Amino acid sequence: MEKMISSEFKIVEEPKQTLAMNPKKFAMWLFIGSVVMLFASLTSAYIVRQAEGNWLYFELPSILTISTIVILLSSATMQWAYWSAKKDSFSQLKVLVSVTALLGVTFLVLQFLGWKDLVANQVYLVGNPSGSFLYVITGLHGMHIISAIVFLLIVLVSAFRLRIHAKNLLQMEMCTTYWHFLGGLWLYLFVFLLLYR
Amino acid sequence: MAAVDLHTHTETHAHTDNGHDEHHHGNFWTNYVFSEDHKVIAKQFLITGMAWALIGGVLSVLFRLQLGFPESNLSWLQPILGSWLTPEGKIDPEFYLALVTMHGTIMVFFVLTAGLSGTFSNFLIPLQIGARDMASGFMNMLSYWFFFLSSVIMFTSLFISTGPASGGWVIYPPLSALPQAMQGSGLGMTLWLVAMALFIVSSLLGGINYITTVINLRTKGMSFTKLPLTIWAFFFTAIIGVLSFPVLFAAALLLIFDRSFGTSFYLSDIYIGGEALPNQGGSPILFQHLFWFLGHPEVYIVLLPALGITSEIIATNSRKPIFGYKAMVGSMLFIAILSFVVWAHHMFVTGMNPFLGSIFTLLTLIIAVPSAVKIFNYVTTLWKGNIIFTPAMLFSIGLVSFFLTGGITGIFLGNSAIDIQLHDTYFVVAHFHLVMGSASFFGMVAGVYHWFPKMFGRMLDEKLGYFHFWLTIVGVYMVFFPMHYIGIAGFPRRYYSWTNFETFSGFADLNMMVSVAAIITLAAQFIFLFNFIYSIFRGKVASANPWNSTTLEWTTPRHPGHGNWPGEIPTVYRWPYDYSKPGAKEDFIQQHIPYSETPESNLPHENELVKLELDNGSAIVVEDQKH
Repeated sequence: MEKMISSEFKIVEEPKQTLAMNPKKFAMWLFIGSVVMLFASLTSAYIVRQAEGNWLYFELPSILTISTIVILLSSATMQWAYWSAKKDSFSQLKVLVSVTALLGVTFLVLQFLGWKDLVANQVYLVGNPSGSFLYVITGLHGMHIISAIVFLLIVLVSAFRLRIHAKNLLQMEMCTTYWHFLGGLWLYLFVFLLLYR
Repeated sequence: MAAVDLHTHTETHAHTDNGHDEHHHGNFWTNYVFSEDHKVIAKQFLITGMAWALIGGVLSVLFRLQLGFPESNLSWLQPILGSWLTPEGKIDPEFYLALVTMHGTIMVFFVLTAGLSGTFSNFLIPLQIGARDMASGFMNMLSYWFFFLSSVIMFTSLFISTGPASGGWVIYPPLSALPQAMQGSGLGMTLWLVAMALFIVSSLLGGINYITTVINLRTKGMSFTKLPLTIWAFFFTAIIGVLSFPVLFAAALLLIFDRSFGTSFYLSDIYIGGEALPNQGGSPILFQHLFWFLGHPEVYIVLLPALGITSEIIATNSRKPIFGYKAMVGSMLFIAILSFVVWAHHMFVTGMNPFLGSIFTLLTLIIAVPSAVKIFNYVTTLWKGNIIFTPAMLFSIGLVSFFLTGGITGIFLGNSAIDIQLHDTYFVVAHFHLVMGSASFFGMVAGVYHWFPKMFGRMLDEKLGYFHFWLTIVGVYMVFFPMHYIGIAGFPRRYYSWTNFETFSGFADLNMMVSVAAIITLAAQFIFLFNFIYSIFRGKVASANPWNSTTLEWTTPRHPGHGNWPGEIPTVYRWPYDYSKPGAKEDFIQQHIPYSETPESNLPHENELVKLELDNGSAIVVEDQKH
């Protein structure tokens, strides 16, 4: 306070710092918003097309129920991983992130088996749009799961390099958000596909 | 004194800590090509956009030659068009369709979306909100290079032997889905879809960045109510883009599946040469729904930035505060929301339920309300102002004129009953070229004239600017005004020729005039091009604030470095439109000037903001005790 120079003090009203959150996290939420719009448009297209008739009815492969359980389980392990990162228990973090990634891969395998069941059931990508929609929607969701698994692997590498800890959770938080989002998205798609067949 | 928290103003705040306030010295590649500096990226978008505008303009003149002079021999164009000319020297009918399609695609997406938003959102957002750069410079760079890649692919498609996409910029299936339908639906359409997919990625990267930057990187004191209207406009534009482009992606994805993998999302009951195609159960109307769910918001993605730019330029050059700042923001918000619930007015004649049609008519006509509010506010800002007619100002006023004349015809077209007569006629062409095409183009040009000094440190030549303006506005009206008559007479758009039947030759002379006007208008753009290139190198050296403007970008040096402000980022104390404030020494007070420095012009409530001063004359900094 000794170094007061009057010219530096001509400003008497102090503007407030503007509202802000971490830009990366914020951008992540916007990205999630655009993914929501992508699937919202596909499911609306599904409803609009279905309302026009000439719609092939078929049972959803029962294996999709198992994959739903797997993805929900993986959300739980992801959240657990996040909590362990928060508590700085690194070995637990590494195990849980790996388990989540493995569950993610399991989910993809189950989805693929679901496609095989569909083929066995005479429902093909090429044919009545009701089947085509199912393939495109599950496929596109699968692509997002792949991107999230890549993200998980990046997080895993960071975890091994001890870059994730209670004071550096940004990457972990973003990955957790994305993973939960994709799990929730699948839950929505699954319920949607069950209700509108 | 114990209750107040004293601290020096020289204390750096959060932004400065973020780093790069000194100029970075990189090599040519990192400085000019793969730059992460928002100003360089903005210039990249601008120059690419201008190149595209030129290509799009030349394409339009080519098809105008066919429409205006259907009998003429164009064999002198042989060296450029090659086999796209028939042996008689006329434009090949399929190539005509390709020209129309590519003109639309290029102008809507590559010029008025990427060229306009890409340039000015990038350039102005960090400079006007007081940020060192975008939230993610890397994403921003990627956004440009995805756009560039998309541009290269779209440009390549112009030169393949089967020609570029030809099904209209709306690419309705089945025309666009079946390679058998027309030449352009083969490889050209594939390239179109690939290019647009990349374009969507670029738009999303850009849009996410713009929103994040506006929300999170504003300087101290820059509350939402102190944002310049340009930033509000870019902000809404980016939100619309992030919400609507994924829908276009979905539409394009299903079209790609139909084209390449044999699915039937959009195809059903099609016979080619008497043979039935295997596709069953698809719905082409579904594509139109998906397309227009993007397509209509796209109109505002194109228009809103131009409206924002104009608000800024009109206020500055009228030397008056913008009339109804909150009404301007509110009307833009309202337009943005409405843009998502009116898409089916493009589809009134698709056999839609008339009741549904009446709902979309109602929603569409409501857009007239915020639009009228905006025009009213522009006019009342001009009213009794000390108007300075810079070229930027002229182009802004031109925008208001187009927005009005083009907007009024929207009231007719938005009516599901009248649309039956006017649908897909030249009336529609006239309407959207005035309200969306020319208005946005004028906003873009106005922006270039206004911010050129900050972009390149030099001024554009004013006299050439006046020539450019008058030739362009007269030219544009001469092109599009007659089209209303042609359209009301029932002439459909996208037709190659009408002169085969005597009945339809009635407007041949009017079409000829339109074509001549189009050539003059395009020629006038070369004045601008010359001015632009010449002034970058030889223009009059600009001062830091040549227009006596209030916003933050004019507080930067003549050539802002990477990081924009050499020292600390200015703090914001007042709204951006303190022009001609009664009692003030000059006719503008910049946003970073605190009220305590302008006691002569403060209003009573602003004096309240000047908290307290010490007895010894030196002021102190007071902060609320809300830690």
